[in-house]
Amino acid sequence: MTGRRRPSRGGERREPWLLLGLAGLALAYVAVPLLALLQRAPWRDLGALVRRPVVIDALALSLTTALAATAACLLVGVPLAWVLARSRLPGRSLARALVTLPMVLPPVVGGAALLLAFGRRGLLGGPVYEATGLLLPFSAWGVVAANAFVALPFLVLTVEAGLRAGDQRLEEAAATLGASRWTVFRRITLAQAAPSILAGGVLCWARALGEFGATVTFAGNLQGRTQTMPLAVFLAMESDREAAIALSLVLIAVSLAVLVPLRDRWLPG
Amino acid sequence: MLRAGMDLTLGELHLDVDLEVADGEVAALIGPNGAGKTTALRAIAGLHPLDGGRIEVDGEVLDDPAAGVFVAPARRPVGFVFQDYLLFPRLSALDNVAFGLRCRGWGRAAARSEAGRWLARLGLADQAGKRPRALSGGQAQRVALARALITDPRLLLLDEPLAALDAARRPQVRSELRRHLATFDGGRLLVTHDPVDALVLADRLLVLEGGRITQVGSPAAVAARPASPYVAELIGVNLLQGRASGERTVRLASGAELVVADPLPGPDVALALRPQAVALHRHRPEGSPRNCWWATVEDLEARRDRVRVSLAGPVTLVAEVTPAAVAELGLVAGARVWASVKAVDLSAYPV
Repeated sequence: MTGRRRPSRGGERREPWLLLGLAGLALAYVAVPLLALLQRAPWRDLGALVRRPVVIDALALSLTTALAATAACLLVGVPLAWVLARSRLPGRSLARALVTLPMVLPPVVGGAALLLAFGRRGLLGGPVYEATGLLLPFSAWGVVAANAFVALPFLVLTVEAGLRAGDQRLEEAAATLGASRWTVFRRITLAQAAPSILAGGVLCWARALGEFGATVTFAGNLQGRTQTMPLAVFLAMESDREAAIALSLVLIAVSLAVLVPLRDRWLPG
Repeated sequence: MLRAGMDLTLGELHLDVDLEVADGEVAALIGPNGAGKTTALRAIAGLHPLDGGRIEVDGEVLDDPAAGVFVAPARRPVGFVFQDYLLFPRLSALDNVAFGLRCRGWGRAAARSEAGRWLARLGLADQAGKRPRALSGGQAQRVALARALITDPRLLLLDEPLAALDAARRPQVRSELRRHLATFDGGRLLVTHDPVDALVLADRLLVLEGGRITQVGSPAAVAARPASPYVAELIGVNLLQGRASGERTVRLASGAELVVADPLPGPDVALALRPQAVALHRHRPEGSPRNCWWATVEDLEARRDRVRVSLAGPVTLVAEVTPAAVAELGLVAGARVWASVKAVDLSAYPV
């Protein structure tokens, strides 16, 4: 503390100019397109634009499907992360590569693959349709499925890192106190991984909210049923640029409202 | 009553140990780093399965690979106080202590009120709501002790119970721990690499070196007749028990009085003294040493470049001198010499 009060002499406390310059460049690269969007925004008509049924439908669908996809990813992704981090089962590195795949795969390819698996004539979708008449593609559930497919790796990798960072000796301490393996998982492992589960959930949700390629391929683009915000923006760019900008602003506002408070509290840095 | 014959390999370490701890007894496993002390404790708690051998507590077999028996850690009647205590960071002290009861199906309210009684018993009633991070090292140790004892184990294991404390706090926490250990009537086995901890806390020492027990005996016996160079160097200190008879004076059972440099820490004390710090003289020395007595040489034992001299008299202890001094003083069994010790070389510990 005393060092801070001393007048600064020399440059050892100052950040290197090169780093500052490059960091500024990165920030500007994100900020400039956003500014362009704001500058072209139809502020006067914004209220009316945002209240159009097409916008409200898309926003409601985006928020609910992204939330549902996040819930589904949490339900199966946390156990998968635990298996990857803790178990000694063979084939874990293969499983990890498989989980990471949707991150690097073009989403359109993911959507096509989903269609081949769960479509009307798909590997699993065919028999299910024959037996029950239920169809996943081109429904709101299809949007959830597409979202979950691309967003799952963000949750699994974050939670796996959190589980690895946890102190496993606390689990041993709980075991010596009489805790069953399930109690240890619930009260010690999950409690320790809670910040990473939240962070992973937020990343997962954010990825699901912005999903386009897999959704349009697997679920289509039907207003009120499968047309999410990104699809509505894409469509509007062709026909009604002002509406597209208004939609984009809404999407940005919603994302910031969720990410900013959580980023400060939970994400590292 | 613990009976353990343990055979297990973990990386470089091959542990091959037979040991017993009776009810009411405090045994200390002492040895250098990497000797396998913690591994032995973990095997007894079920955190490392044995490769061979057998562990039983009060006749109940907990691990016996040949017979296909392995009782999970959660089902062993064994309490474990870990190094660094490993309190659950997100739970209050009270809920840490209540944890074991909750695992046994107690309701929240009943578990908490029992945990509160344990905290009060260990003088921590006003710390109940605190998170572990807000506790001092000594308080955290007592919470860990309460957490382990509340489940009513038949054996208590303590891994380096004082290693997490800074040097200034150790003597007081050590004597508190000794007092609290005395209230538990099962067997107690503690691991330490600190001879003073072992000497003050334990009734019996088990010296573990390279995965094997090399010596077993009371602290006084092990200190007097160390079986290996390691024991001689680390544990081969003289340990004298006595009562304070003045601010800086200790009266031993023999009636002899020794003067120490600093005010005594309590009414009952143990004095530790390195054998090298005992000086031997043909005539009564003049000048500073105030602790000076006429002693009889009982035995001589050559150890590398030193000779350990066992002395009888008002103060029974071991001196370590050079072979040249032995010749010069004419030390043989039965010889009489003056022994002296400086007050600053006597370290007093509360008991």
